[in-house]
Amino acid sequence: MSQPAVDMQNLVKTFGGGRSLFGRAASEVHAVRGISLTLQRGETLGIVGESGSGKSTLARMLVGLEHPTSGSMAIEGKPWSELASSGTRAFGRAIQYVFQDPVASLNPRKTIGDILDVPLRLLCGYDRDRRARRKQELVDAVQMPLDTLERYPHEFSGGQAQRIAIARALAAEARILVLDEPVSALDVSVQAQVLLLLQQLRDELGLSYLFISHDLAVVESISDRVAVMYLGEVVETGPAARLFAAPQHDYTRALIASAPRLTVSDSPP
Amino acid sequence: MTPSVTTQPSPNRRRSNWQLLMANRLAAAGLFIFGFILLVAILAPVLPMPDPNMTDQPNRLLPPLSQGHLLGTDHLGRDILSRLVWGTQISLIVGISATALAALFGSLIGLVAGYARGVTDSVLMRFVDMLMAFPYILLAIAIVAALGPGLLNALYAIALVNIPFFARNIRGVTVSIRNREFVDAARLSGKSHASILFTEVLPNVLPVIVITMSTTVGWMILETAGLSFLGLGAQPPTADLGSMLGQARAQLFTAPHASIIPGIMIFALVMSINLLGDGIRDVLDPRLRSGALDRPLSVTHIARQTTPAATLADAPVLVVDHLFTGFANGGAVTPAVRDVSFRLGKGECLGIIGESGSGKSVTALSLMGLVASPPGVITSGAVYIGGQDVLSLREHELIALRGARVAYVFQDPLTTLHPLFPVATQIAEAVMAHNQVSKRAAHQRALELMETVGIRDAADRASAYPHELSGGQRQRIGIAMALANDPDVIIADEPTTALDVTVQARILELLQDLRRERGLALLLITHDFGVVAQVCDRVAVMKNGEIVEQGETASILRAPQHDYTKRLIACVPELGEGHAFLDRVRPLFEETRL
Repeated sequence: MSQPAVDMQNLVKTFGGGRSLFGRAASEVHAVRGISLTLQRGETLGIVGESGSGKSTLARMLVGLEHPTSGSMAIEGKPWSELASSGTRAFGRAIQYVFQDPVASLNPRKTIGDILDVPLRLLCGYDRDRRARRKQELVDAVQMPLDTLERYPHEFSGGQAQRIAIARALAAEARILVLDEPVSALDVSVQAQVLLLLQQLRDELGLSYLFISHDLAVVESISDRVAVMYLGEVVETGPAARLFAAPQHDYTRALIASAPRLTVSDSPP
Repeated sequence: MTPSVTTQPSPNRRRSNWQLLMANRLAAAGLFIFGFILLVAILAPVLPMPDPNMTDQPNRLLPPLSQGHLLGTDHLGRDILSRLVWGTQISLIVGISATALAALFGSLIGLVAGYARGVTDSVLMRFVDMLMAFPYILLAIAIVAALGPGLLNALYAIALVNIPFFARNIRGVTVSIRNREFVDAARLSGKSHASILFTEVLPNVLPVIVITMSTTVGWMILETAGLSFLGLGAQPPTADLGSMLGQARAQLFTAPHASIIPGIMIFALVMSINLLGDGIRDVLDPRLRSGALDRPLSVTHIARQTTPAATLADAPVLVVDHLFTGFANGGAVTPAVRDVSFRLGKGECLGIIGESGSGKSVTALSLMGLVASPPGVITSGAVYIGGQDVLSLREHELIALRGARVAYVFQDPLTTLHPLFPVATQIAEAVMAHNQVSKRAAHQRALELMETVGIRDAADRASAYPHELSGGQRQRIGIAMALANDPDVIIADEPTTALDVTVQARILELLQDLRRERGLALLLITHDFGVVAQVCDRVAVMKNGEIVEQGETASILRAPQHDYTKRLIACVPELGEGHAFLDRVRPLFEETRL
């Protein structure tokens, strides 16, 4: 068996700290405190946590947008520091990121064609004809009409924009996708459609997902394994079905108890 | 150098921008005056005019309308009209070139400083601060003194002096754009920093640069004239508006026309450019175009064809009867809420559920006439609070009802609470808005309310500012403000959407307790079936502005009748369902795609 897609050991990220101009120590924020996780190939690892639990910081470190304070990471066997020293392109080819707010992650002054062109040109190095063909394939893969390429981001709804953002992530031909709350800003029916699309793409292209969300039911529906984050630490990891059926940690239990459910039979109003 | 800088955006963009600019009469007047001056200045070499530098001592200081000299002559007998036209040309060239230079370097500094941040930002901006710390005219004089007088040096001086203005403006915009997600996304697509700065950030900053340029050209021309007036700019015999003024100063009393005419020209030029610049800014600034900065009316415009009964006997606390609300769009009204009717009794909770754009929030805002007008308009229907139609009330009576009998709780308390006042002061303000009580009594009441909504150590937290509280606590303050005047109805618009699930559970509990204890009627707007299941007695499902289904929560969740409701409920993943969820919903979307 090959090495895992992502391997994190004792990852720490601290914001702030250091000393200001006049020697006062600035306050520190410990966003991520010593996380060790592995993402196997072809696997979907769900990360659940509330705001401030450090899950977005973790994701941003993975794709090279933040530098870890200490600890080590390897992406497809390559050490993080090696990728970082060879620039963002090395990251982009190995791992891609899908943002929470799809509309904000698309430049309002560029057409979808221009947006998709960049990773194909810079990361894959394709020539013009191949790029044009590939763009059509991508738009097709995320089930969008072909005239999408000539249009601007504001002409699309949230769900469509998220499909385009997924297409951009796919364009780099990275095998690992970090999905940071990809369906949180969407309506339920659109959310279900995007989840279906993600599942289909994973199975067809053999992708590995790191799926971050605050919504337990959404995470459970797509993940193989789930890690629960609380105040910068992973308090519990396990197969999705086991974790939600028999939570071990108190925080996981509290999270599950708080989740709103459709069934009203438990407590009479 | 083509002086097309100021007019460029109008023909360049879509026709609608041109029409917008023409609709602004002052801007259109500015455009025509400036266009005329520009045309005459460009045509200076071909117009049949005497040489502007030819002296004619016998005919010095002729008054306007003299033979052969339409505007008279100056103290050396030179034709004023000719000097005016040539002088305007030079003033325009210098002013516009200086603007272009200042915009180029200022924007570059602003872009780099705003994008790089850190040390680069500090060094560049301190340099800009140093430029700003000098009085501009002194700095310009110092530069000209060092380089020697002359038009070109005056141009450099003016450009340098105006760099800070561009740098600061552009840096601010760049900082906000740099933090947007699409910049991160571009980095992950493999773009270098320079490429991101010029192909991703710059296009979004460009409108601001154009706006800043169009509003500074006038100022630059004025500064050029100022330096020439002091003898530091254009050197004799070159004609320039400022130097014409300066040279005519000595004859101000014997031949006032020699200084008044260039003065009027400077005024007309600067005024027309400023009017045009303001017009361009209004056209390019999307906030101004959307009317978001217009002040809305205090009550939504009500235009009902028929007036329903003003009172309703034996009515529950809230009755909404065939309500229609729309948004005026030119002549037509686009409906957002169509024929919505529901009733809400004391101590009852009705949930309105729907996806984005279903009209649920507009419904909530219509009840108290809070839909922004323009463009909002209530076209039909009635809203009875305690049997009284509030849409028939006079404006001040309706406003008096807000917060007193019907109170709102909004989604994000961070945006609805004032950031600069302590929370207890804001609750006390809500108390005093409807009750004639002393400040001390209102403050006391605020503390009681904070305890009611479950804020521990209310006395300590009273002086906290909104940003010092957590999201859940802020929402509790929002609820305390809603409770300030013992309302009958609370309308909660997505009150827990911005909160974590554990906090959401506690806020929903609080709303439930308040409803039971105080007999409040609660109208809960949400997109989350889980929240509805937990809190609401009845639920109304909205789609495209209409209620498609309404009934007991339990029965609707168990056996939805309408296809839309069925589909919506089917799309909600249940905890414990796992991968089965996706298998279950897949057929739903395969049908629709065929």
